[in-house]
Amino acid sequence: MKFNIFRSHDDRGSGDPTQTPRMGGHVLPAARSDGPDGPTADAVEPTDATAGPALQPRPAEPLGPIKIRARDVSVHYGDKQALHDVSVDIPDKTVTAFIGPSGCGKSTFLRCLNRMNDTIPSARVTGRIEMDGQDVNSKSVDPVLLRAQVGMVFQKPNPFPKSIYENVAYGPRIHGLTTSKADLDGVVEKSLRRAGLWDEVADRLHSPGTGLSGGQQQRLVIARAIAVEPEVILMDEPCSALDPIATAKIEELIDELREQYCIVIVTHSMAQAARVSQRTAFFHMGRLVETGNTEEIFTNPRERRTLDYITGRFG
Amino acid sequence: MTDALAPTTADRAARLQKGLRRRYARERRFQLYGLLAIGVAVGFLVLLLGRIWTQGNTAFWAHEAAIPVYMDPARIDPAYPQGTNFPQMVAEQQLARLGVTDDAAGRASTEMRQIFSSELKFVAGDMIKADPSLIGRTVTVTAPLSDDADLFFKGEIGRDTPEEQRRVTDRQIGWLDRLQDDGFVKRTFNGRMFTSGDSTEPELAGVLGAVVGSALMLLVTALLAIPIGVAAAIWLEEFAPRNRLSAFIEVNINNLAAVPSIVYGLLGLALFINWMQLPRSSPLVGGLVLALMALPTIIIATRSSLKAVPPSIREAALALGASKTQTVFQHVLPLALPGVMTGAIISMAHALGETAPLLLIGMVSFVPGVATSVAEPTGALPSLIYIWENASERAFHERTAAAIMVLLALMIVMNAAAIVLRRRFERRW
Repeated sequence: MKFNIFRSHDDRGSGDPTQTPRMGGHVLPAARSDGPDGPTADAVEPTDATAGPALQPRPAEPLGPIKIRARDVSVHYGDKQALHDVSVDIPDKTVTAFIGPSGCGKSTFLRCLNRMNDTIPSARVTGRIEMDGQDVNSKSVDPVLLRAQVGMVFQKPNPFPKSIYENVAYGPRIHGLTTSKADLDGVVEKSLRRAGLWDEVADRLHSPGTGLSGGQQQRLVIARAIAVEPEVILMDEPCSALDPIATAKIEELIDELREQYCIVIVTHSMAQAARVSQRTAFFHMGRLVETGNTEEIFTNPRERRTLDYITGRFG
Repeated sequence: MTDALAPTTADRAARLQKGLRRRYARERRFQLYGLLAIGVAVGFLVLLLGRIWTQGNTAFWAHEAAIPVYMDPARIDPAYPQGTNFPQMVAEQQLARLGVTDDAAGRASTEMRQIFSSELKFVAGDMIKADPSLIGRTVTVTAPLSDDADLFFKGEIGRDTPEEQRRVTDRQIGWLDRLQDDGFVKRTFNGRMFTSGDSTEPELAGVLGAVVGSALMLLVTALLAIPIGVAAAIWLEEFAPRNRLSAFIEVNINNLAAVPSIVYGLLGLALFINWMQLPRSSPLVGGLVLALMALPTIIIATRSSLKAVPPSIREAALALGASKTQTVFQHVLPLALPGVMTGAIISMAHALGETAPLLLIGMVSFVPGVATSVAEPTGALPSLIYIWENASERAFHERTAAAIMVLLALMIVMNAAAIVLRRRFERRW
């Protein structure tokens, strides 16, 4: 019964009382029905006129200005459409979490933001993604420069098989951000300090980065990303390969970095999304189902599918 | 269910025990097969190497004669000492020493002359040329014995063989024994084997010309095939759009790797010699042909080692804002380098041993000298082995085996270099 509602769009909002989403005995507003195209969650504002009376507007956390504005972004891998018309606004100086079951398109969307999908020959991205009002997919935007602006951290720590120093220094070096060795040393130290790794590696900067523990490697990779001084940091399940202690450290780090960067994190762990993010976007089957302030999404989602996912009924 | 279908615990244990025994027996059998296979392989290898060694080790030794020669002023023209027939002079002196009178046809002196290498003439001539005051004095001239005399001392030509079936006459055997008894015959290291080029006289023939020819050829091959092959592989693997054309190219490269090498020889003959008019038998043409042959192997090896670099490294570099080229040359290629080098060196070792294409571009011709440039005619080690193996002189037999040893030694060195490089540059990620 519980999967029935995902079978087709027509099932949703059919008025069947047994399908009314419930949470703690409290009847939630019925899922919106958006017509045959499914939900195009263009809702940026935490409140929505159609959301129903049960939704209590909550004092929103102070969010930065909109950094990334995506409109109707679709991604095809060959003939297969992986992402359907995603429209979302991502504010600056905020952690935005993308949650959703495996294969729901959240990583695909993340990779659109720094045009990493360009590296996949069969991938085709349509729609518009603006960063500070500039279309990132336009011909005038060099993906190389874009990626200097939008750093990325991957699921598996992937330091270069070089020294810790070289790992961090690589980005500034290729972009010509430093003028002298002392300058570069400074950038390396600052980045490692910001990633909370300096104290652990200061005495072995020239030993291989691959010799660190998994959590240290992931922080090294974050240091490497911030050494380029990006504006946005994308994190694709950064803690899924780490133990809880290393995860806690990374989460702490993400929280600190929020003050300076626009951070987008893809995560499988709803608890993590709840802990680190201020905004949450729920993806399902290649569509953006719902976005909102994290607290709201987790306590009072508008969509039944969101509720089902966060309460562990699927995913 | 019923008891018939549910075995008792004891039953089950016994069955497990039985199955376990069978499994272990199977494992032991498999290990035995493996050991047998290794044993057969090692056995054949030992047989091969042992045979080559027993046949060829004698080639590294040679017998030479150090005989007192009276530099007869009556026969030596001081203005042109090289023109003197030193072998005849020495032969006559030796006959006189042994108290043998030559007949009118000069059969005895001919037989005596055959004991010494024709090199005697040049050794003595050079001595006189260097110091004309030697004329009229008796000096010791050291020159190799002829190949047949050498084989006799090595025991390759037996005394028991009937005279008409052996290359050394009974009379010559008598003289050789006398020379040895008089202490004129010495067994020395056959340095000529490594310092001279090919010769029609086995005792004067060496592998240097062929080694140099092979080295020059490999140089041309390496300079052409490695950069072109690696560049092609990088482009195909990292930059090429995945479409019909690149798929077509890929299939054809794999096919080229399987083309018999003699076909490359024909191609080289038609392309480089007939059409481009490049010098025949030259390391240049040989190197070009071998480069064509090595290219597919290098491309395939390079591509597979590029493929083995984890995509996470590429993503890491790209996400930092490295360009495609920076990603490839600063991260992917350095990580793929051990594999690239191994592939390149192994294909070079393969090219070193390649014979068939050389047959068609004139590298099996007899070239006595040592080449000093890639445009000069020269032989190559495998073609030298081929020539020597086909030579009628029996002394070339052992030299063939010796040349094979030299070739194998060079290959072992190259393969060892490949392993060392691999170990040295291998990095973990």
